Amino acid sequence: MSEVPSELKYTSEHEWVRREEDGSVTIGITEHAQSALGELVFVEIPEVGSQVAAGDACAVVESVKAASDVYAPIGGEILAGNDALADAPEKVNEDPYTDGWLFRLRPDDDKDLDELMDAEAYEALLAEQD
Amino acid sequence: MKEALIFEHSRKGRYAAAQAPLERADVEDIPAALRRRERPLLPEVSELQAVRHFTRLSQQNFSIDTHFYPLGSCTMKYNPRACNSLAMLPGFLGRHPLAPPTHSQGFMACMWELQEMLKGVTGMRAVSLTPMAGAQGELTGVLMIRAYHHARGDTHRNEILVPDAAHGTNPATATMCGYKVVELRTASDGDVDVAALREAVGPNTAGIMLTNPSTVGVFERRIEEIAKIVHDAGGLLYYDGANLNAILGKVRPGDMGFDVMHMNLHKTFSTPHGGGGPGSGAVGVGRRLEPFLPIPMVGRGDDGYRWLSEADVPQSIGRLSGFMGNAGVNLRAYVYMRMLGRTGMKRVAEYATLNANYLAHRLAEAGFELAYPERRASHEFIVTLKRVARERDVNAMDFAKALLDYGFHAPTTYFPLLVPECLLIEPTETEAKEALDGFVDAMADILARSAEDAEQLKGAPYTTPVRRLDDVRAARQLDLTWSPDNDTDEPARNSAHG
Repeated sequence: MSEVPSELKYTSEHEWVRREEDGSVTIGITEHAQSALGELVFVEIPEVGSQVAAGDACAVVESVKAASDVYAPIGGEILAGNDALADAPEKVNEDPYTDGWLFRLRPDDDKDLDELMDAEAYEALLAEQD
Repeated sequence: MKEALIFEHSRKGRYAAAQAPLERADVEDIPAALRRRERPLLPEVSELQAVRHFTRLSQQNFSIDTHFYPLGSCTMKYNPRACNSLAMLPGFLGRHPLAPPTHSQGFMACMWELQEMLKGVTGMRAVSLTPMAGAQGELTGVLMIRAYHHARGDTHRNEILVPDAAHGTNPATATMCGYKVVELRTASDGDVDVAALREAVGPNTAGIMLTNPSTVGVFERRIEEIAKIVHDAGGLLYYDGANLNAILGKVRPGDMGFDVMHMNLHKTFSTPHGGGGPGSGAVGVGRRLEPFLPIPMVGRGDDGYRWLSEADVPQSIGRLSGFMGNAGVNLRAYVYMRMLGRTGMKRVAEYATLNANYLAHRLAEAGFELAYPERRASHEFIVTLKRVARERDVNAMDFAKALLDYGFHAPTTYFPLLVPECLLIEPTETEAKEALDGFVDAMADILARSAEDAEQLKGAPYTTPVRRLDDVRAARQLDLTWSPDNDTDEPARNSAHG
């Protein structure tokens, strides 16, 4: 079973969401997702300042096996993207929950976060899909 | 052994006098500003060096002429030599594409008959041969769907439904045509999830792009119901013809309710492919889309055959190329269909599906897990190595690479994406039982080796001219050009097939 940090929120599309102290949220893909994709060769991050709705495809992670969309878990304004991934997409494979974060956004509505899965629910989803 | 690039054999001043052009071009006719000042950087080698270089390269080929090539959804079947020979008759080869119809009646008769035969075998009402490849055929099909809706003033439809098992070109095509792609789930039995379809269709639905049999290697069982749901919502049905080999002469997309389809004539109707073309993506349409077909097509009247143009098809989406499609590929398809006849075409589908089901059954007996064991295979099927990958430190790519050492081209790997660690295997109708049995033996041997020495398997292939390629490095550090200055480091070369 892959690592699922208990303090994060999750989506059924295998993204993780972390609430920061300043009210913004950071988003990345889970250990399970990076492992299923294999070594990444390219990451496309959303443009800073753009507005996204929940479920919008707003980033792309590409491995030698496949290119996959990453969806906005909640709506909001994109505050930052992880520019370091342009030269080092492998960071997503190596540290999916820390250095391998994808983008940060300011939520339209904080309550949207409550709709996401907690670690326990996400682990149950992984067990079910296995 | 690694073969050097032809440029690396080059030595200044070396040349083959016998191969040099007899006449020199009169460059004085070209304006001075457009003339190059330096000689182009072409390789300078002797005739014998050129012969040896290309002969050695040809000996390193994995090809349908030398190896079993079960690349799923690519239909790498044997292409009868006769198709090629007849398409290369001097009358065909020498015909200039701008030759007047009066001097092209033989060729145009073949193209007209090809249109008619394709109509017959697909159940479509009209056919245009102009798209130059499968992807262009798809683009044509969706552009016609858009033209149809727009002609009716129905301009708000902005969504195309695409099952998640679809060929990657389907969502790409819909996006290129300005549509939003709505992905449909595949049900656990491999069929389109009809409940999800009912939820997804609506007033914005322009159409659905469907492959049947699908890329998970099964025949869509509720196709008439799917057609009705989409049609009732005002959408049209697009048939991706990549898997036409499985149904040839047995069942027709037109009868299933499809409004438009493309055919990969190079796949199903015998042009060697896999090297990047040329292809032919002929399109067939039903009544609704007939006015929008791309031109030119061949028409037949009292005075013989003629090209149909804008005057004949005023609502046409237009022209896709300077002429009328890839003449050579269309001619091979014509010859192939004439040689097979109706009965032969049925046998193509029967043997393609029989071979796939035999191979699936034997691999299951040998201990492999089928992705959809309860379903009958179409002309291809999926083996999933999920369990093996979890228990042993090997994956589908290791199996694919190891097969090369046994003299088999690898099947399609990691596609479709919804089946983990998968191999998509398509044996085609042209393989003998002995070839299929040999493939099963090789797979069984690899499975046994994966239990004994996974590490050794991860180093495969061991016998090919180029060993395991670093595909991650090749993608991260693109190195696609050669110049005398960077002739030092070893590039991470990538393989490609199609």
